[in-house]
Parts: sequence; structure tokens; C-alpha cells
Amino acid sequence: MARMKFLCDADRCIECNACVTACKNEHEVPWGINRRRVVTINDGKPGERSISMACMHCTDAPCQAVCPVNCFYTTADGVVLHSKDLCIGCGYCFYACPFGAPQYPKVGNFGSRGKMDKCTFCAGGPEADGSKEEYEKYGANRLAEGKLPLCAEMCSTKSLLAGDGEIIAQIYKERVTKRGYGSGAWGWKTAYRETIGS
Amino acid sequence: MASFGRYIRLALGAWAFVLLVAISMPAAAQQVNPTASSVKEQQLLQELNRIQGRVSIPDQRSGVLEQPAGRDWREFRNVTLRWVGGIAILGMLALLVVFYLSRGMVRLQSGRSGRTVERFSAFERFVHWMTATCFIILAVSGLNITFGRPLLLPLIGFEAFSEWSQWAKYAHNYLSFPFTIGVVLIFLMWIGGNIPNKMDIQWIKRGGGIVGHDHPPAYRFNAGQKAIYWIVVIGGGLVAATGYELMFPFYLSGIEGMQLAQIVHSIVAVLFIAVMFAHIYIGTIGMEGAFEAMGSGTVDVNWAREHHSLWLEEQSARTGPNGTQPQPATAAE
Repeated sequence: MARMKFLCDADRCIECNACVTACKNEHEVPWGINRRRVVTINDGKPGERSISMACMHCTDAPCQAVCPVNCFYTTADGVVLHSKDLCIGCGYCFYACPFGAPQYPKVGNFGSRGKMDKCTFCAGGPEADGSKEEYEKYGANRLAEGKLPLCAEMCSTKSLLAGDGEIIAQIYKERVTKRGYGSGAWGWKTAYRETIGS
Repeated sequence: MASFGRYIRLALGAWAFVLLVAISMPAAAQQVNPTASSVKEQQLLQELNRIQGRVSIPDQRSGVLEQPAGRDWREFRNVTLRWVGGIAILGMLALLVVFYLSRGMVRLQSGRSGRTVERFSAFERFVHWMTATCFIILAVSGLNITFGRPLLLPLIGFEAFSEWSQWAKYAHNYLSFPFTIGVVLIFLMWIGGNIPNKMDIQWIKRGGGIVGHDHPPAYRFNAGQKAIYWIVVIGGGLVAATGYELMFPFYLSGIEGMQLAQIVHSIVAVLFIAVMFAHIYIGTIGMEGAFEAMGSGTVDVNWAREHHSLWLEEQSARTGPNGTQPQPATAAE
């Protein structure tokens, strides 16, 4: 089985936000929730970089560890998913997540945040693959159809890579060797406790 | 005139050359390595332990790209808190069991006089029991968040545990309001009797009558009760403040502030629970004649004389010797 990961090549990201839009459209994500966002660091200054970030589907995921009701599970592909039927909306995963991935429909409303929502790596949820219930709660299940996450699939500069960790790491390494530079795989050390030599 | 024209051409040419060199130099330098001046992930993390930037979506809070501090918080929540809470609460229960078995109930040495004196008004008792009821529900639902997953979930299964936890969370959130009002009222209505004074030093020196069979003098509240009062006021204030910070995310602080708030909230709460076990013990099976103070609101005069001698003198001085009521208390009282 593959170990699914995201990799954002910051030297290629042009902050077009197409990944953000694609994600929102593919999964019909409600207003106010962003499963993916593009963050620009040192905006307008020399050396600015943009990084597209969503749930990184961490190894030994912190959200999964701290959840009081144990609603998270890791699939055979290494994708971290959760059950909205079990989630009580306590916000603990939100405190633990290094990437700000968990989102709540009603932030700040007397603590009744609603069920947590986050990036599923386009892999749906615990319901039957491709079912109506699964789509309504978690969005499309592209992985079950043999497709990779849409954000990466339609990235115009191929900055955002999604797929088997070893394969996307290899693609990135080849890029770095060919062009002679690379600012590294952002978030990998925090999420997977490993880095790709740049 | 021709020589002047040549001079102009030469000067222009020289300027154009200088300009060209000036333009091409930084461009040439950038082509070598565009990442030389770019932001570096590890460097940013080392500086602030978080990476923040700008986002073009409306949710500006999502501008925080990365903050690995959640890892330390996870360690606290899953390991440290469970140890601290487990030792504090089970340790207190064990201590109370051992104490009860060795000391037993603190008896009224002079027996019951049959005459009573009012200790807590109906309003005071209402505030006490409102706060106490809220506290028990808040404690159970709070402990569920920390200990439910390893202890209760395996027993009742995922669905039932989530259902119960959902209701527990609502109870925890909404009962925080009457609890906080109760703490504020307790602070205001009993502050007068709870300022530490020199009687407290003597009371503590003589073991408060809990250890041994001594009965050191005390006003309305002895040093032990004053300790409980200040634990309720300060501890209750802390759990309320940190709890509301968590209940209204981002109003007061970002994620790192909420992690800190959860740490303070949970540590104060488990210690609070441990102390309240001792409070419940001494108010029920630990001491004869103590519960009725918060039950009916009146205590036996002999109980008052043994445990709050100076307070009884004050009451008698104010109301005269007829201030006490023969049991049962008359309706006129």
C-alpha cells in the first residue's frame, strides 16, 4: 500500500489559489470553511514564498491522539480521516494540529462549533465509498475512483504534489537536482518527521 | 559644432553602458540561486516556533501556516494531565478512606443540646447548592474529556460514548454560567468572614481539631473553611476565565493561548475536584452535626460552641440568649 502525502514545492507556487477553489467546488465545502489555503510568507518582500496547506495526514497524527471520543482513523493508505457521527465538536484536534487543518462550521458560537471538517485527501469518510451520505458529510471520494486529490491534480505549475510519499519525494528531488535549488518540503519535518534533502 | 556632437554621443554612450551594467548585475546574481534570499522553514520555526503569513481568503486566522507547539500540548493532555489528575483525585480518596478508618467521624463531644442557631440563610444555601450541583456535573463531564476515552469508551462503545460525551459537552458549556454566578456570589456573600486573621494561626497550630480531639476557637469560618473559600474563589475564577477563553475561540487569543488556557483549566480543575472531595467528606460523614448547616441551615448550639465558639459568642451578643431556637425550629424563625 502507498503512504499518501502532500508536498508543496514553494519555489513553484504562484499563489493562484486554484487548489483552494478546486477543493471547495469538488467537495461543496460550506461557506466559511477552507480545507485548503495558500499562505504567503514575506508577502511583497524579496524572497517571498507561497505554500498551499491543508491537512498533511501526519504520521502518528496529533488530532487522532488527543480526540476525546477517538473519532479519527488512519486508512491503509496513511490518510487520516474522521467520523462526523462520533465527533462532538470539542475543538481539541484544533489545539493539537500543527497545520490549522480542522475547521468548524460555527466557530465561537457558545462552543457549539458543529462537527469538525477537514481535508480528506479526497478519500471521503467511514460511509460506503461513493455513497450519497459520504458525499454530503465529507465530499467526493476520488481515491476510491483511482484518482488523486483534485487540488494537486489541477495545480497549474505542478507545485502541489499529492500521492505516494516516496514517488512525490522522488519527483521533488529530481526537480531540485535539475534546477539547482529548492526550499525544501514545507511541513514534512513536523508532519512526517522526515525531510527531503534540497 | 561637430566636436560638440561627438562629445554628446560619447557621454550618452558612456551613460547607457553604465546603466546597462547596473541593471544586469542584480539580475545575474538572482539567476544563480533564487532561493538564496527566500524564507526558510526551519529558520522561521526556530525564530518564533510558528510560521505566519498572509492569506487572501476571508479567514485571516488561517494565515498561521505551521505551529508545532501542539505536540507539547498533546503530551500534556495525554500523559501529564492524566498522571496529575489521577494521583490528585485517587490520592485524595485514599487519604480520606485511611483518615476515616483511623479517626472516624468527629463526634459532638458534649452531645446535642436540642437548641439550634441559624448558620446559613436560605439564600446562602441556595447559592451553595446551585454551585455544588453545577460543580459535580462540570467535574464529571470534564473528567470524561480527559479519562473517558481510556476508561469509559471501551466499556460502552463508540456510538454510546460519543452520544454521552456530546450531551456532557453541552452540559459543561451551559452549566458554566450558573457555576460562575455561584462563585461570584460566594465570593461576595462570604468574603466578610474569610479574611485570614491571627485566630487562624492558632487554629492551624492546634491541628484544627481534625487531628486530635482539640477544639480551637474560631469565628464564623475557621482556617480550614477559609482555605476552601479561597480555593473556590480563586480556583473557580481561574477555571471560569480559562473556560470562557476556550468557549469563545479567538476572541481573546490564538491557538497557543487556547493551549495554555486548556492546561490551566484542566490542572486547576483536577486539583479543585480533589479538594472538593475533602470538603464533601468533612461536611458529611467526617463530622457529626456539620451537614445540617447547609441542609436545614441551622446547627446545634453545642456544635457551634465546639467548632465556632467565637462566632457563637458574636451571635449571642447580637441576638441575646433567646437567639437560639429549641428544636424543632418554629415557623416564626
